[in-house]
Amino acid sequence: MSLLLFDLLLCGLLLALALASVLSRQLSHAVILYIAFGLLMALTWARLAAPDLALAEAAIGAGLTGALCFTALARQGRLAVGPTLGWQQRCWPALFVLVTLCGLLLVLLQIPVNPGPLPALVKQQLAASGVSHPVTAVLLNFRSWDTLLELLVLLLALLGTLQVAPAPVRQSSWVLSRSWSQLLAPLIILLAGYLLWAGAHQPGGAFQAGALLAAGAVVLKLNQQLNWLVWTNGWVRFFTIAGLAVFVIAVLAAWLLSDAVAEPVWLSWPPEFAKYIILLIEIFATLAIAITLTLLVVAEQPGTPLSLARQEDNETADG
Amino acid sequence: MRPLMAELSSSLNVFLATAAALVAIGVYGFIVGPEPLRRIVALNIISAGIFKLMVVLAYRGSGNGDAEWLADPVLHALVLTGLVVAVSATAFALALLARLGQSMTAGQEDPGQ
Repeated sequence: MSLLLFDLLLCGLLLALALASVLSRQLSHAVILYIAFGLLMALTWARLAAPDLALAEAAIGAGLTGALCFTALARQGRLAVGPTLGWQQRCWPALFVLVTLCGLLLVLLQIPVNPGPLPALVKQQLAASGVSHPVTAVLLNFRSWDTLLELLVLLLALLGTLQVAPAPVRQSSWVLSRSWSQLLAPLIILLAGYLLWAGAHQPGGAFQAGALLAAGAVVLKLNQQLNWLVWTNGWVRFFTIAGLAVFVIAVLAAWLLSDAVAEPVWLSWPPEFAKYIILLIEIFATLAIAITLTLLVVAEQPGTPLSLARQEDNETADG
Repeated sequence: MRPLMAELSSSLNVFLATAAALVAIGVYGFIVGPEPLRRIVALNIISAGIFKLMVVLAYRGSGNGDAEWLADPVLHALVLTGLVVAVSATAFALALLARLGQSMTAGQEDPGQ
């Protein structure tokens, strides 16, 4: 009973925060409310007994998205003031959305209770996957195609962002936050390593570890630390692409090692090597995810002649 | 873990309704806007609602006597992938937005100078 009360409170808070974020007059309020919403989402995942998601959401939803939105807010400047909407402009969309919501609820109630064959299949094949945590087994063995494409999507998003990112917002760091972030850094590296290793048999894994590392690196970058972590650094480029490259090489190696070379079953690991292949892919994927997410959040334009000239213009204009 | 799950089954409908309502709120924010940044935030609210829906659906059939098997790990894995893809898409959208803002302010300032 008390847990039901807790759930009702949690869901009510989530809805109130989302509604306030959408309806608030000032954009800065909307962003801050959205960050609070992300924190509560992490709590919801924990309540729904999905610790993998809670770990990732705490680093991504509350940390990285918050930093992203605040950076966007700082860049908006005078664009932040939007036109005020009339009564009619708000009313018709609300009516449309309410009708859609009723339809959605009706559809949701008709979803069959039978979960389908997938959970039973995962349980049956778990022993041959090389890891004992089912979510990691799905991510890196049974449906590793998703993970491969996800690494590709991350890389594409990073390349796109680097193309269009404007000059970074100059900010000075605060002495206390700088020393605090230096204290935090080794702890985050330790925690990320633990999460990566623990992913084989309990909640954790490459995504959570990568997101956590990225959150720590973003804090350090915002405090003007980690100056080597820029796209112009060759090693950074190497590790960003290595996540995808190691995955593809592992797929090709598994194909050569398998018995049926003529009729390959792509993305299936031989059971005796599966553990090591998954660990290798996870290590490189963690580094790639961490570096990519960090560069996405603190996107700095690579030093092209045009951007350098623009920076000089800004500096002379400021001085 | 087990007693927690037993109590969870009673409130799954609450979470299901919340997920649908989150999608609705996000769609409303996306239509009404008016600022582009708020539309991106609204899109993120929609994705939160959809992920929540998927996690709730992962518990279908978990009550039929199977003690150790709780949730569908395939849906959990899909949501985990979705979280990372969503944040990268958001980052790209915000970079495009920042570039748009830069070119708009540049366009406003130039004729005045």
